[in-house]
Amino acid sequence: MISARVLIRPKEGILDAQGKAVESALPALGFGGIEHVRVGRIVELNAESADRLDELCEKLLANPLIEDYEIEVL
Amino acid sequence: MIWGVLQFPGSCDERDAQNACERAGAETRLIWQDETDLSGIDGIIVPGGFSYGDYLRVGAIAQFAPAMGAVAEFAAKGGPVLGICNGFQVLCESGLLPGALLTNEGTRFISRQGDLVVAEAESPFLSEMSPGEVISIPFKHQTGRYFAPPEMLERIEANNQVAFRYAEGQNPNGSLNDIAGVVNEAGNVMGLMPHPEHAVDPLTDSTDGLKLFRGPARVEA
Repeated sequence: MISARVLIRPKEGILDAQGKAVESALPALGFGGIEHVRVGRIVELNAESADRLDELCEKLLANPLIEDYEIEVL
Repeated sequence: MIWGVLQFPGSCDERDAQNACERAGAETRLIWQDETDLSGIDGIIVPGGFSYGDYLRVGAIAQFAPAMGAVAEFAAKGGPVLGICNGFQVLCESGLLPGALLTNEGTRFISRQGDLVVAEAESPFLSEMSPGEVISIPFKHQTGRYFAPPEMLERIEANNQVAFRYAEGQNPNGSLNDIAGVVNEAGNVMGLMPHPEHAVDPLTDSTDGLKLFRGPARVEA
């Protein structure tokens, strides 16, 4: 078995509403000087092999129209 | 006409969809997510809700339900398929419709009555309406911002695949080109974010939603 971590994030240029919401809350919490906040997600998994991880990302874990992904085999 | 109304774990607007079809003079049958036999079904509705909890990404998991395989075959043969709200998201994730739906620009869930303008698309669902006509139906979603990459958007516009646009000044979510609904290239598959199935009873004022549900039967007849 291998362990892998998949990082999925909104494509550059697409408005990330979640990131924007986090960013706009920061000043009220006393965090200044922080910008360009983007929120993605991490999927951790174990697999018999890494062979089909790309296909898994293309078909399910990410939507290639709106998201980029990176696979890290640990 | 018999409509098959899909039901996933987490669907919640399937009864309203059935009610709308029945008020439009048709019969309905609920189709559980693992059914693959669509014999006797004349049209499919993929209803709103939160299929599979909307985990991972809205509509992402429902695309793999066995019933969706049958719906793809049904659509390929030209059968009418209507996806509403979560159903629209599912059809986009399945690749039956172009584009994707993102979190509303304002991040909030919205729920209010609004106006849609009928666009130029040709579809059995639009057979009772004309381009430019305005219908009033509920907007009710949090992930309704229509997005397509520039080349895809250009193609959708050039092919007249936009079915509905939000009326001027009423785009509630930041959708590109005010797009509220699109059709596939053949026009038999349609998806839209607003809810025609919630606008079918004079008690709730507008009955404009009925026009969509009556459309395919008119074409059939």
